[in-house]
Amino acid sequence: MRITREDVVHVARLARLDLDDDELETFTGQLGDILDHAARVEALDTSGVEPTAHPVPLANVLRPDERGRCLDRDGVLAQAPEAENGYFRVPRIMDAGS
Amino acid sequence: MPATARGIASAVRSGDVSAVDVVAAALRRVEAGDAAIGSFLRTYADTALERAGRVDAAVAEGRDPGPLAGVPVGLKDVLTTEGIETTCGSRILEGWQPPYDATVVQRLRDAGAVDVGKTNCDEFAMGSSNENSAYRPVANPHDRSRVPGGSSGGSAAAVAAGFVPVALGSDTGGSIRQPASLCGTVGMKPTYGRVSRYGLVAFASSLDQIGPFALDVADAALVYDVIAGHDPMDATSIPHPVEPVTGGLDRGLDGLTLGVVEELSSGAGFEAEVLDRFRAALAEAERAGARVVDVSLPSTAYALSAYYLIAPAECSSNLARFDGVRYGLRVGADDVEAMNRATRAAGFGPEVKRRVMLGTYALSAGYYDAYYGQAQRVRTLVIDDFAAAYERADVLVSPTSPTVAFALGERTQDPIAMYLSDVCTIPSNLAGHPAISIWCGDGAAGLPVGLHLMAPALAEPLLFQAAAGFEAVLGTKAAAV
Repeated sequence: MRITREDVVHVARLARLDLDDDELETFTGQLGDILDHAARVEALDTSGVEPTAHPVPLANVLRPDERGRCLDRDGVLAQAPEAENGYFRVPRIMDAGS
Repeated sequence: MPATARGIASAVRSGDVSAVDVVAAALRRVEAGDAAIGSFLRTYADTALERAGRVDAAVAEGRDPGPLAGVPVGLKDVLTTEGIETTCGSRILEGWQPPYDATVVQRLRDAGAVDVGKTNCDEFAMGSSNENSAYRPVANPHDRSRVPGGSSGGSAAAVAAGFVPVALGSDTGGSIRQPASLCGTVGMKPTYGRVSRYGLVAFASSLDQIGPFALDVADAALVYDVIAGHDPMDATSIPHPVEPVTGGLDRGLDGLTLGVVEELSSGAGFEAEVLDRFRAALAEAERAGARVVDVSLPSTAYALSAYYLIAPAECSSNLARFDGVRYGLRVGADDVEAMNRATRAAGFGPEVKRRVMLGTYALSAGYYDAYYGQAQRVRTLVIDDFAAAYERADVLVSPTSPTVAFALGERTQDPIAMYLSDVCTIPSNLAGHPAISIWCGDGAAGLPVGLHLMAPALAEPLLFQAAAGFEAVLGTKAAAV
């Protein structure tokens, strides 16, 4: 299956990546090539085969419900690009008029 | 002054050598030699010398400073170090000072080791040549026109150059073993979950493992014994008790059955000099009493393709956290989504963008089962193949990499050629099994060739025994000075 430039534009939006024209062109070709390789996996008959999510299965990992060590809030916020009053600060999320 | 980690630790514990002198000497070697190699992104002399001083104080007071007393260590820059810049080789984390230490870092320090700096790597551990570092490529200490391998190329080169006796790396598809092979060092990936990943910046969570680099098997074993073990901070960490490996290194190859994996030791991509050294190593093993049989892992024909669906899918999810909100770079914009897009566009390099795109596509509506789900089923087939092979052999063997170190720049424009570097190492990640690369001789141009040994889950004692047995007949490659 070939990847189109429109596919790449759509995926870039999902991935929150601004891509320039050169990148869109390069990725359109390269993603297609890599997915061609993956096609052999896609075509394999795996009916009846269970997927492996964890190679060494661990069931029900539990711990005592006790409060553990926490990171220092001010220390964490000091690493943020912008913080205010104990919160991370970001640009506006919604239009002022809506 | 001793060169091996165990020699240093022994001399420091007995008071014959001071940890401060050992660490100062390592820092001088980096200062004098690393401009030409690029193995360290940064060192922190003051912190390291202060920590070394505490090791010496413990010795003076009659307290045991631990099995790695005074051993200088390099840490791949994907491991968090509290208050010390950690970039993952990426611009998006430039200047980030993590608020906590990785569990492996804490364990090394508790054992008396002294980390001296953060080693260069491919951005977010994605690459096979270290050319994807946003800061600078790393040169192979044995031939500076060639790559050290990747993604833990800085750790491999720092050990191969003799700057530090041991270093830590991370291995998602071969990122410890392939650079170890290309640099002539030992590099080991433990069983998935055997070493805590708390504080390892995640790439592909179902594949990532941390492991050691060293110039010989005994030093790698010493570090493994220190870092292995359960950690409540990592829910994927295995609770089984750790069986130490250092005690069983002299058991040799006599009586072991080695399974040569046909699919990982033949074919068009394998260089003749690699196969020559590999076969010569097997002949030596037979003389040392091992039995050699042929085994087949037919599903590994699909392993590389499955890996390049699973790893990008998990990376696209893990790297969503780099959005300009909580740490690292922010590129300003009018609204939050435009800020996210602009920040990630400016902060990520081409390989990271390629894998985020590939993974986002593979996980997007309508494709999840065809790609990620199908790749996870291939993973089951690979595990079943391994189980059948281990009914016939104790340890499986192949070359670590189909080629010796290639030239800087040779594969940067061809992602698939680059991905083929990891064809021998990826199956162990898919299965979650431990594996190790050791030096098995040099090819025609004096470039190292690596021997790859694989063992079943949690069979690290057997894996190290076999590796030490091979090393006893093959020798080790000296650091390039």
